[in-house]
Amino acid sequence: MSQATLTPSSAPVPAPAERQYQRHDKPLWRRTLLRTESAIILAIVLLLVIATFTVPFFAQPYTYQTMILNSAPVLLMLLPVTLIIITGDIDLSVGSVLGFSSAIFGLAFQAGIPIGVAAVLGVLAGGLVGVLNGVLVTIVGLPSLAVTIGTLALFRGIAVGLLGTTSVTDFPTDITRAMTAPLGGLPVPVVTLAIVVLALLFGALLHFTPFGRGVFAIGQSPENAAFSGVRVNRTRLILFVMSSLVAGATGVYFTLQYSNAIGTNGFGFELQVVTAIVLGGVSIWGGRGTILGALAGGVLIAALNKTLQLAGIGSDTISIVTGAALIFSVVVASVAGFISRRRRSKATAVVAVGT
Amino acid sequence: MSVTHTVPPIEAGRSPLQKVLRAREFGLVVLIVALIAVTTAVQPTFLFSDGGWRELLRQPTILILIALGEAIVIITRNIDLSIGSILCLSTYTSGWLFANVEGIPIVLVVVIGVALGAFLGLINGLLVAFLKVPSLVITLGTLYAYRGIAILWIGPQFIRSSWLPPEFRALGTMQWASIPVLLILVLIVVLIVGWFMTSRRAGRDLYALGSNPEAAKLFGLSERRLTLNAFVTSGALAGLGGLVYLSIYATGDARVGTGYELEAVAAAVVGGVAIVGGSGTIWGVALGAFFLATISSALPVLGVPSLWQQAIVGIFIVGAILLDRVLFLSRTRRAKRKGSES
Amino acid sequence: MTEAPLLQLDGVSKSFGAVAALVRADLALEAGSIHALVGENGAGKSTLVKIIGGLYQRDGGEFTLEGESVDFHSTRDAKEAGIAVIYQEPTLFPDFTVAENIFVGRQPYTKLGLLDRAKMRRETRELTQRLGVPIDPDREARGLSIADQQVVEIAKSISVGAKVIIMDEPTAALSGVEVDRLMGIARQLRDEGKGLIFISHRFDEVFSLCDTITVMRDGTYIATNTTTETTEDAIIRQMVGRSVENLFPKQETTVGEAVLEVTDLTSVGVFENVSFTVRSGEIVCFAGLVGAGRSEIARAVFGVDRYDSGSVRIGGKAVPPKNPAAAMRLGMGFVPEDRRKQGLAMDAGVQSNITLAIRDSLSKFGFITSSLEEPSARTWASRLQVKTHALDTEASMLSGGNQQKVVLGKWLATQPSILIVDEPTRGIDVGTKAEVHRLLSELAGTGVAVLMISSELPEVLGMADRVLVVREGRITAEIAREQATPENVMYAATHAPADNSTETAA
Repeated sequence: MSQATLTPSSAPVPAPAERQYQRHDKPLWRRTLLRTESAIILAIVLLLVIATFTVPFFAQPYTYQTMILNSAPVLLMLLPVTLIIITGDIDLSVGSVLGFSSAIFGLAFQAGIPIGVAAVLGVLAGGLVGVLNGVLVTIVGLPSLAVTIGTLALFRGIAVGLLGTTSVTDFPTDITRAMTAPLGGLPVPVVTLAIVVLALLFGALLHFTPFGRGVFAIGQSPENAAFSGVRVNRTRLILFVMSSLVAGATGVYFTLQYSNAIGTNGFGFELQVVTAIVLGGVSIWGGRGTILGALAGGVLIAALNKTLQLAGIGSDTISIVTGAALIFSVVVASVAGFISRRRRSKATAVVAVGT
Repeated sequence: MSVTHTVPPIEAGRSPLQKVLRAREFGLVVLIVALIAVTTAVQPTFLFSDGGWRELLRQPTILILIALGEAIVIITRNIDLSIGSILCLSTYTSGWLFANVEGIPIVLVVVIGVALGAFLGLINGLLVAFLKVPSLVITLGTLYAYRGIAILWIGPQFIRSSWLPPEFRALGTMQWASIPVLLILVLIVVLIVGWFMTSRRAGRDLYALGSNPEAAKLFGLSERRLTLNAFVTSGALAGLGGLVYLSIYATGDARVGTGYELEAVAAAVVGGVAIVGGSGTIWGVALGAFFLATISSALPVLGVPSLWQQAIVGIFIVGAILLDRVLFLSRTRRAKRKGSES
Repeated sequence: MTEAPLLQLDGVSKSFGAVAALVRADLALEAGSIHALVGENGAGKSTLVKIIGGLYQRDGGEFTLEGESVDFHSTRDAKEAGIAVIYQEPTLFPDFTVAENIFVGRQPYTKLGLLDRAKMRRETRELTQRLGVPIDPDREARGLSIADQQVVEIAKSISVGAKVIIMDEPTAALSGVEVDRLMGIARQLRDEGKGLIFISHRFDEVFSLCDTITVMRDGTYIATNTTTETTEDAIIRQMVGRSVENLFPKQETTVGEAVLEVTDLTSVGVFENVSFTVRSGEIVCFAGLVGAGRSEIARAVFGVDRYDSGSVRIGGKAVPPKNPAAAMRLGMGFVPEDRRKQGLAMDAGVQSNITLAIRDSLSKFGFITSSLEEPSARTWASRLQVKTHALDTEASMLSGGNQQKVVLGKWLATQPSILIVDEPTRGIDVGTKAEVHRLLSELAGTGVAVLMISSELPEVLGMADRVLVVREGRITAEIAREQATPENVMYAATHAPADNSTETAA
């Protein structure tokens, strides 16, 4: 059989004149500055600058130390959930998985299992939930929203049920102290390293691998992805497992950070995770977004929280700020989308006439 | 298209008895009766004591109310996660009114509480209907925002029973023919909402929208108007739920209603409302709510620590959506087989 | 005495942007008659129906109903004026009962303010019985066959007192018995004095059912014939209307060895015992009616859909079922029918679209960057003359023809040995169409095996080395290029094979 070779040199079309394309439609400054990520990062910088000059005691290493410590669980968990949201699914169970893993870890440790093994058990417990979520969503074909609302209640319930009103607190102090210790001589805790490394890993996976291309393709059009050879269900399953593994690991970390395994650990974190991601410009419809944006969204909420707390307005206002920020971001995105659609429909009209 | 095609036979109508036996409502009634019977066998006072009887009938009222609203929203292919926060604001506003407005009529407070809920629901509805943003995101935002307003306003304070007029407090314990008046009032609401959803065109339109949005558009139904209606109703019912909470517990702080949104979703799903919209009855939802509320009071009696209650709620949510999926698949498979076999 | 027709269109036109969907459409429907509207795909029939049904507003021309000029601004306006449209895929509410679907929006109430379900049930039963198809009024619409859903839609239109009933290719997805039943209903409605517009590609149906036949071509009215005074050949001539050959620059190629071999492929209820071969350098066309099962076969071959039995081989190697990635590795490419949903990510740029299917081969050490993608994207965009100035222009900003070029580029970039193209020129302008045809022809010239699905007869006849006619999920005829004529392909697509003689194994 004569294998058809269709290299560019044996082109099927005798191209009359080589057509020239710019690589990008818009200049570099517009592509980098006029986007959600830049706006969020700018907002973070402004906030920190203003807070440094106006809020007493803000400009101290301790501020940054606690700010990151408080927000670390959300910053870690939002990374894989960002990928899930880009495929058009959602995972609302991460907060409960954190609690579940924390409970398993605590109980295993209490039962005399070496702390390292107990930690692995905690992480694996999380991974198991991910398999359950993933199977229900892909093989059974249930909507991810319904499934993860169900497992949100289920695994929180199991965590609370397992530990009851008790808690496990007698973790070795050298380990718990190490969890909150500063990283080298920097004004940030050790966990910062984990956040940075995981962010780089997930960022690379999403933006610089064929797998990541598939993730975007699924979110933009699942049918097109399937037609282009993307293993749609396998990708979704893998992401649910990743998400729960990270949430499980975060559960172990969280337990050690506060030296406390209780059933309510991580309660409500799923909402903070989703808020940070949407605030960071990731489309809840799927197909659009960046790890950088999601992470910046998480940091902005953390910074706002810390500032308000130190300004004496009370940490309770965090929920109002989170909610307002979320609504604000979707309103802006919606209005921007409306305007660009208007502009686009005019542009295509011109193109159509031109051809 | 296929060679095996012929005219499918006409579905033989099931007998009315079969229909009743197959309905979700029947299954729930059986479950509820069984649950009460077993629990009472273990601990007779669960049913056969003044307090036990009253608690059994009074405790589910709040969940029934908010589940009804949640169900209406889900039927239109949306979700409302803010009802717990709305309930909290309604509870505290009502308590505050009693404390700060001398001699305010109870009826007026009830109206204000419900209207407040409806207003907060309207905000949800406007954002969802006009921004074309998924209701999940919007109501996640308002869940925080409304709760934040409550925390900011209430702070560490809480409603004291001394704030409330004795007539209002009496409402919580009043009985008529040994049935708590609150339950009777809630059942009236269930009847009205159920009547509206099953027997009025406006209610049927909500089902139509959730069942096939494309066809609804082609038919000329206004998606915006229907979405607004659903969220306003959901908010109003959450507002009413806040008043029932106040009359039962005669207290309340900034954390009232935390997590109620999930219980409401659970009750709706267990009651037979499909999470993808378009189907489910109000009667099923009321029974689903009653069932879940009864489980939580029965568990301690049965020797299961009440801490496991949430896990059981979770099992019922996952189980109910799985069951719906399996039933749906077998039904379509049967319909397909009938279409091609004969 | 001449009465005004029930419905009359005179010189109606409609454009979308620069594309004229209707140039000059005329139609006169008499009460108590069935009027066929025929024409090739893209002739403007559907646009015309949507204007009558109130979904689109016409740009120009006259539209009168019972002698009075009308202007519909919504589907509701048209409905109230007594016009009912039954689409090929009916739009029922799956969770409602059959009875409620018929009465939706105008459900009757009892004195107690409840829905009068008994009345709905009774009237539904009467209506469906009158139509000769007693469907249980209490069953859910979900799971009803398309034929039964159409009956429900017809019952609804009678129930609201429609005077004009339009059926847009109602028989495309129906079996023989169901078609007979539908035609019986249509005759009954005609005898009751209603005016029916019937759109169909099947001439046997058109000739046995309709009183008059209006032919359209390229958005323009061609002729109205009285059925008794015309022949199938005359209608086909009016529809095709142009010389076929010179539009298509078919290259002479040397046909090589078999590349794609499909044996006894069956998917129960969809297609059955499909066997064919496509050889290197050969263009094979699947001809047939919309809904005959052509795309379904192709999708199963590629692995997007499942199948129950049979086998697919490329160059002798078995292609695993339900695994497009594996089919792609063995050298198969697939340009799908619906480019907006299946062929492209509309929100993504030209570059990401072109490189999606080759993302694995472009990556280095498991990583892929925009810089690694760019050369391929540039090459293929340029080869195909995609009209855009930047590689990150979103696909949604391109015209239909340019979008299709991006899809073709995406699949040519995979360097396939067998390329399946499903309706490659649907809805694109004439200039791009010719480019696509030249491209496919030259592609075959380089030794690629091409399987093309097309509903446009001239395209099939102009491009194909062999025509395989698919009818009701089976390949019913194989016609070589030299023997293929519009008449014999159309005939094979619209008529059941006389007996076993036309059954072929390719």
